[in-house]
Amino acid sequence: MTQQISLPGSAMDDPGSEQLGLFLYQMQLLRRFEEKTGEMYTKGKIRGFLHLYTGQEACAVGALNALREQDQIVTHYRDHGHALARGVDANRIMAELFGRVDGLSGGRGGSMHLYDVSKGFLGGYAIVAAHLPLAVGLGLAARMQKEDRLALCIFGDGSVGEGEFHEALNLAALWDTPVIFFCENNLYGMGVRFAESLSTQIPKLAAAYNMPAVSINGMDVLEVYRETRKAVEHCSAGNGPYFIEAMTYRYRGHSMADPELYRLKDEIEQYRKRDAIEALKQHMMERGMLDQAGWEDVVRRVDKAVDDAVAFADASPEPGLDTLYGNLMAEPTDD
Amino acid sequence: MATEVTMPQMGADMTEGTLVKWLKAVGDQVDRGEVIAEIETDKATVELEAFESGVLKKLVVQEGETVPVGQVIALLGAADEQVDAEPERQPPAETPARRGHGDASASARQNAATTTAQREQAPPAAPETEQMHVNITPGQAGGSPDGMPGDEGRVRVSPVARRIAMDAGLDLSRLKGTGPDGRILRKDVEAAISGKLPVTEPQPAARPAAEPARATVPATGAQPLSRMRQAIARRMSQSKQTAPHYYLTLDIDMTAAMAFRGQLNASASEEQRVSVNDLIVKACALALERHPKFNAEFSDAGLTMHEEINIDIGIALDEGLIAPAILGCKGKTLGQIARESKDLVARAKSGALRAEEYSAGTFTITNLGAYGVETLIGIINPPQAAILGVGSVMPRPAAREGQVVVRDLMKVALSADHRVTDGAEGARFIKEIQGLLENPVSLAL
Amino acid sequence: MTELRMRDALREALREEMIRDSRIFLLGEDIGAYGGSYAVTKGLLEEFGEERVKDTPIAESGIVGVGIGAAMAGLRPMVELMTINFSFLALEQIVNSAAKLHYMSNGQIRVPLVIRMASGGGSPLAATHSHSLEGLYAHFPGLNVVCPSNAADAKGLLKRAFRDENTTIFIEHTAIYGVKGEVPDDPDFVVEFGKANILRAGSDVTIVGYSGSVHQALRAATLLEQDGIEAEVIDLRTLRPLDMGTVIASVKKTNRAVIVEDDWKFGGFGGELSAQIMEQAFDWLDAPVARVSGKDVPMPYNRNLEFAALPSEEDVVEAVLAMM
Repeated sequence: MTQQISLPGSAMDDPGSEQLGLFLYQMQLLRRFEEKTGEMYTKGKIRGFLHLYTGQEACAVGALNALREQDQIVTHYRDHGHALARGVDANRIMAELFGRVDGLSGGRGGSMHLYDVSKGFLGGYAIVAAHLPLAVGLGLAARMQKEDRLALCIFGDGSVGEGEFHEALNLAALWDTPVIFFCENNLYGMGVRFAESLSTQIPKLAAAYNMPAVSINGMDVLEVYRETRKAVEHCSAGNGPYFIEAMTYRYRGHSMADPELYRLKDEIEQYRKRDAIEALKQHMMERGMLDQAGWEDVVRRVDKAVDDAVAFADASPEPGLDTLYGNLMAEPTDD
Repeated sequence: MATEVTMPQMGADMTEGTLVKWLKAVGDQVDRGEVIAEIETDKATVELEAFESGVLKKLVVQEGETVPVGQVIALLGAADEQVDAEPERQPPAETPARRGHGDASASARQNAATTTAQREQAPPAAPETEQMHVNITPGQAGGSPDGMPGDEGRVRVSPVARRIAMDAGLDLSRLKGTGPDGRILRKDVEAAISGKLPVTEPQPAARPAAEPARATVPATGAQPLSRMRQAIARRMSQSKQTAPHYYLTLDIDMTAAMAFRGQLNASASEEQRVSVNDLIVKACALALERHPKFNAEFSDAGLTMHEEINIDIGIALDEGLIAPAILGCKGKTLGQIARESKDLVARAKSGALRAEEYSAGTFTITNLGAYGVETLIGIINPPQAAILGVGSVMPRPAAREGQVVVRDLMKVALSADHRVTDGAEGARFIKEIQGLLENPVSLAL
Repeated sequence: MTELRMRDALREALREEMIRDSRIFLLGEDIGAYGGSYAVTKGLLEEFGEERVKDTPIAESGIVGVGIGAAMAGLRPMVELMTINFSFLALEQIVNSAAKLHYMSNGQIRVPLVIRMASGGGSPLAATHSHSLEGLYAHFPGLNVVCPSNAADAKGLLKRAFRDENTTIFIEHTAIYGVKGEVPDDPDFVVEFGKANILRAGSDVTIVGYSGSVHQALRAATLLEQDGIEAEVIDLRTLRPLDMGTVIASVKKTNRAVIVEDDWKFGGFGGELSAQIMEQAFDWLDAPVARVSGKDVPMPYNRNLEFAALPSEEDVVEAVLAMM
């Protein structure tokens, strides 16, 4: 064990019970959605690479709920949870995973490339660290357009060894761009332990580029939410970028093909005991915000939403071959 | 209802898996998410979790067995549920494995013909999954370049020259190329068609043995085809396959014509002597002037009436047949036709024909009279519109004014392209020829 | 019309477009205070200020990525990469994001970005600084690839690039920055993409070039005239979109084609042209399509070796004579 995980702490008061209920629902939705995509993958309904987000739900739900409507998001290829937490339609996400017409991009992107521009969700990026400079460009544009908008850039600990990580942090700080760099440190870059890939600590790297940098408990949805709110205020005030490292853990392999030879079952069990959903559930029950019937209702609603998503995706047609060349080049608009 | 547990797909490239170990036995309660078996893929061993809760009712696949992705490997059910006997061991027709990359090129090969056609036409609105592979083309196993240099007999022709020559019916073997390495170029072919280009040395066309090896590679025991044979084969097949022929035959009473010819030849030198065929050429030239649709060329674009009347005369050679043209028959006297046809035959046999004489014919007369043949029904020489087949002039009984008399009769057969003319037009044309030959004085005009 | 060097025509295009469209801003290494390595952006910092003419650190991937992000957010950035040799460092951004986002998002995202870079050998800067990668970029669906051969086209094409909704790789040959030409003054003058230009009409052979190689083609055509050979010279102007129609029509007339390019012959863009001519005009050819290309070696520094490695007008003349 390299990481201290703490259960949700005492300062749980800021979001109201309604908001906590939303967090709980979303986290359960992310969990169940990923279980279902794993199942659909084994049945061949979903193809290609599939990277499940199970275990990291507190990061997505905490961070995305801290954003405002006008903010934009770019993220990595383990992106289903982020899209769901941003409110992207679960049906259309599942249809995209199935490669169908009603998917977010008509089945052209698949699991690693989810886009919903109407929600400011500008994509999952499948090349490690490729989207970090894009986030700086989004932030720079917001500044130049004089709009109160920021870019949330979510990436994994695997990104920090890439040159683009350093280029992006430098440019973001140099040009005071409103960007929240949100690093989901799940301790493994595929199967290589994080500790074996970096000679220092991540926040130190960010601090070296002269921006606020914190490391937080990414298994605690409230801590993630509070810290991201702080970051939003920082960026919104024109103070440049903000860096968050959220310590988290994925329960599943890197992708569906991962035999997980690099870690012990025991380690996973340890983290499961600190499960973010369980923790929030207990927190709410202890404070009378939730009872068993309420929890069962959440489970039921989520199960239905996920089953509906599968039914929707399954009913959606395959894209016609006549669409093969569509949207290769953008046509002029009337702006 | 029992829940089927199937061999999972655990990676983009996985098509089958081996059941290494069952971690649950029949009768065990299984919870959703619980690991029930170990599966070995070609990359690693992975754990299989149950996606539903239930009691393990049956193990369909035993430890150590390798089965395709999607095949049922176990059944889960309620505690009191009776599970049906033998579940289907075959994977469903549309298994994930079948949709995998491994199969893509094979299915692309299978579907190549149809999918290519589909792609060229309107693509289907909702394609089947198999059709999603259309853009994966089967690998091209190292093909060898055809026509290696060093092939001494190979006539080098540029693609454009070959195309123009083919359209004009020009035999490229007679042309001399002026391009690099003697390549026949566009300008060479165009010069040949306009009659300006010198042909090569006196032709080996008459001697197939001298014909170098531009012949089709023989199958077992087959004689290689000479170039002339190939050309005849190609052109005659083309004619029969594209031009719907109709045929008209009649007897021409040549008694007067033979007498007329006798008179002409009585005082003529060898060079000036007129053959029966010359009379027929002259008669046809006159008839064609009056019936221009038999001196025409059909194409999809329409009918082209030729200004010139160039009559090909079939000449039998040892190794085949050649039909060079007497050019510009319109207005030529019988004497001119006689001289030119003798010259043409001589040059055909020595291989000294001009390119234009091969390609400019507008009508053909084929005559096997010298062989004692009674009837000859010809195949149209494309792109012409008709051919006249001529048999021997023979003394035969004929009815004249109620009496049977012996006359010199000649059977002719008109083969005509039905796309160009109809039978009645053909009848008028052939009757015109008949009338001219039966009143031969008109031929002398 | 004003007579301008290509570099000045490019600057005029930038100025006019920046005046026309306030969304346009420039990012690049040494484009501001230094005035651009090839002086294309000289004076623009003074005219438009630091916000719109931004000097960047040397971080090719980073600044192209920033350009993509800003374009996604509705701006019209131009990134100058100094030279094409440095664009290798930004290849991932160009290929995986700029070229693909519109397609992968099924039309949701647009990346209207102009990436300018200087290319070509002859300077002599040796192997790492002498690339001609027009064909490499033309390989990727989703990009425009533009490579002007003269001042007027440079201006018209660059202005056109700023009015496009996609990413344009704009490649400027270093050998012709100083070549003068008549350039239209009309601020609305643009040269359309995908329209090749017949610079010289001829009936005997078609010589196809792009960027710097157009000049070898033109000089070769003049030399061939003395041999009584009339060469038609075509400047492709853009490799993506590619105007094969003009090339094919010309080849059908002349029955011969020679391609001239600085690119390496092996796997170079000339191979693509040759294949397309063969596919579309096989029955009109009097000779195999010839390619006069850069030699398959890293560019040597020595002057004589470098000349030997680059295509020359003599090479073009030789190729033409060999096919007549």
